[in-house]
Amino acid sequence: MSDLVASGAAPPSSAVKGRSLWADARSRLVRNRAALASMIVLALIALACLFGPAMTGHDYDQVYQDYTRTPASLSSFPKPDQVAPAVERIASRMRAKAEDIVVGPDSVRATLVTPRPLDERLLVYFERSDMFLPARVVDKAEEGRRVTVEAPFQKMHFYFGTDSNGRDLLTRTLIAGRVSLAIGVLATTVAILIGVLWGAAAGYLGGRVDAVMMRAVDVLYSLPFIFFVILLVVFFGRNFVLMFIAVGAVEWLDMARIVRGQTLSIKRQEYVQAAEAMGVETFGILRRHVIPNTLGPVVVYMTLLVPKVILLESFLSFLGLGVQEPMTSWGVLISEGAKNIQGAIYMLIWPSVFLTATLFCLNFIGDGLRDALDPKDR
Amino acid sequence: MGLFILRRLLSALPTLLVIVTISFFLIRLAPGGPFDLERPLEAKVMENLRKIYQLDQPLWYQYWLYLSALMRGDLGPSFYFRDFSIAELFARGLPISMRLGFTALTLALIVGGTLGVIAAFRQNQPTDYAVVGLATFGITVPSFVVAPVLQIVFGLTLAWLPVGGWNDGAMRNTIMPTLTLALPQIAVIARLTRAAMIEVLRSNHVRTLRANGLPLSVIVRHTLRGAALPVVSYLGPAAAALLTGSIVVETIFGIPGVGRYFVEGALNRDYTLVMGTVVMIAVFVLFFNLLVDIVYALVDPRVRYE
Repeated sequence: MSDLVASGAAPPSSAVKGRSLWADARSRLVRNRAALASMIVLALIALACLFGPAMTGHDYDQVYQDYTRTPASLSSFPKPDQVAPAVERIASRMRAKAEDIVVGPDSVRATLVTPRPLDERLLVYFERSDMFLPARVVDKAEEGRRVTVEAPFQKMHFYFGTDSNGRDLLTRTLIAGRVSLAIGVLATTVAILIGVLWGAAAGYLGGRVDAVMMRAVDVLYSLPFIFFVILLVVFFGRNFVLMFIAVGAVEWLDMARIVRGQTLSIKRQEYVQAAEAMGVETFGILRRHVIPNTLGPVVVYMTLLVPKVILLESFLSFLGLGVQEPMTSWGVLISEGAKNIQGAIYMLIWPSVFLTATLFCLNFIGDGLRDALDPKDR
Repeated sequence: MGLFILRRLLSALPTLLVIVTISFFLIRLAPGGPFDLERPLEAKVMENLRKIYQLDQPLWYQYWLYLSALMRGDLGPSFYFRDFSIAELFARGLPISMRLGFTALTLALIVGGTLGVIAAFRQNQPTDYAVVGLATFGITVPSFVVAPVLQIVFGLTLAWLPVGGWNDGAMRNTIMPTLTLALPQIAVIARLTRAAMIEVLRSNHVRTLRANGLPLSVIVRHTLRGAALPVVSYLGPAAAALLTGSIVVETIFGIPGVGRYFVEGALNRDYTLVMGTVVMIAVFVLFFNLLVDIVYALVDPRVRYE
């Protein structure tokens, strides 16, 4: 991290041209292997969450009553040992008895025995089950009291298993990722907006305004902030959109302090004095000179705030205050998994892996950015 | 120093007042009341209940009543846990939460501090990467993942420890909750110690010590003091948070501490319980911040308070 020799990919002219802070930071960030790997993993997770739910073949809220709490598996469902009991269940619903059940690779063949001739309309029960496609009659004997039917399997994959309501966990994990990531990004944006404006205004205006504004931050600091979020959630009635505004509205305090500190040193710079001398109005100076120059620490803090917000949302969801069913987030899934820990441990593992991987990546990226933007560390 | 402490204590009072005021009116703004049930109470019963708890008075008067009771140290009766006063609830739960929190904090300080120092001395070596990796792990894995995993491994699979319960604070019952509480703290303290230590190790006086060939133990002793400051300032809020109980840990392990009261109070509109919890946490935060400032002066002779 100490040498600044241009990497092989850079054109030779770059040695002559001055490098901007951001170009320099970017090249240093790319050379940080942990940060680079994290960015790739995070991008993959984000893409999977964005496009994955459309490709799994299941809806996130579709309930498969025949497949509750099926463990994660790569092979397709129904499993051979599940078929016979299912056929017997369907047969008993048709007031028939299933005999000679033959389970093939793609379909099942069974003979239904009834005291009275079988009404073929009842075969719709096969269709209604999650395991079979419409059944057809192969052979009839004893005036319709022995009917041989064949039902092809409705082949399905549950790579992550299903939850206790029989919903595909892969789809739910990806949908949950969408929600968690969206809350993370949006709440962070809200927090950054409030924090940067507040901090820059306080730092630049100085004097009594600064004192009052920062005193307000101090007081809010000593409020137990979880309490604050919970109260906001209670008012807003567990509304998805309002929840991340609530989280963002609580998390801006650190940002305000950081930006204020930066602003205090920036406003003594000559270019700010020059702008003042030329009569640029306060807001113009803030917008053109102060805020852009505070962005370095802001970006670092932002990458570290996103995981914090995701964690906070999971925490709220874990308490049952967050996202409501059938919508879901990683926190909701983890709390469900924790409840079903005995017997269905994969329900805890998959969402935890996704959540932890995301948080890991964001932390590594944040650390890498901090190193890359640190002018002392060369 | 005495004057400084006195001044800080006095300046804490307005902060406390603001906190109490904001919380009081915020919780009252929330829709619903403490006596709302699935099946609504009869109007007459409701009226009497409200009269008993003086909820029928104007809000500003209730605020005044609460403040004056608070001045006398009276936190009022709980609306939800009938027959209990807030003080009784805290007297029961707080020692439990504080014991867990204190053990976890001590553990975190010892383990985290040691890991941080080791990592700093071996910067950019495999040991260092291992510590940093572990620390990132501890920060990112939420406690509501750690706790069930511990329960599976040690409670169910190995059956070494009870899965939950308090059992009058038997040692076996406290191990897993303490570990769950301590893990993120170990991670943060290790990171802070490592960063501060690296900074100190680069300074001139340490270079002189090393150049003179002094043994490692002497160098550690001279650097620890300098590296302690960031850790101390982190410990203030962390101690306040840990000692006032963790809702996740207490819920998962079924521990009768005070961590749950906050959320339960807010959900049940138990106004006095919420207010009591807010006051309790705020007092802890203010106290530990004061303590941090005092320790600062003891650790760093450059810090002076007039």
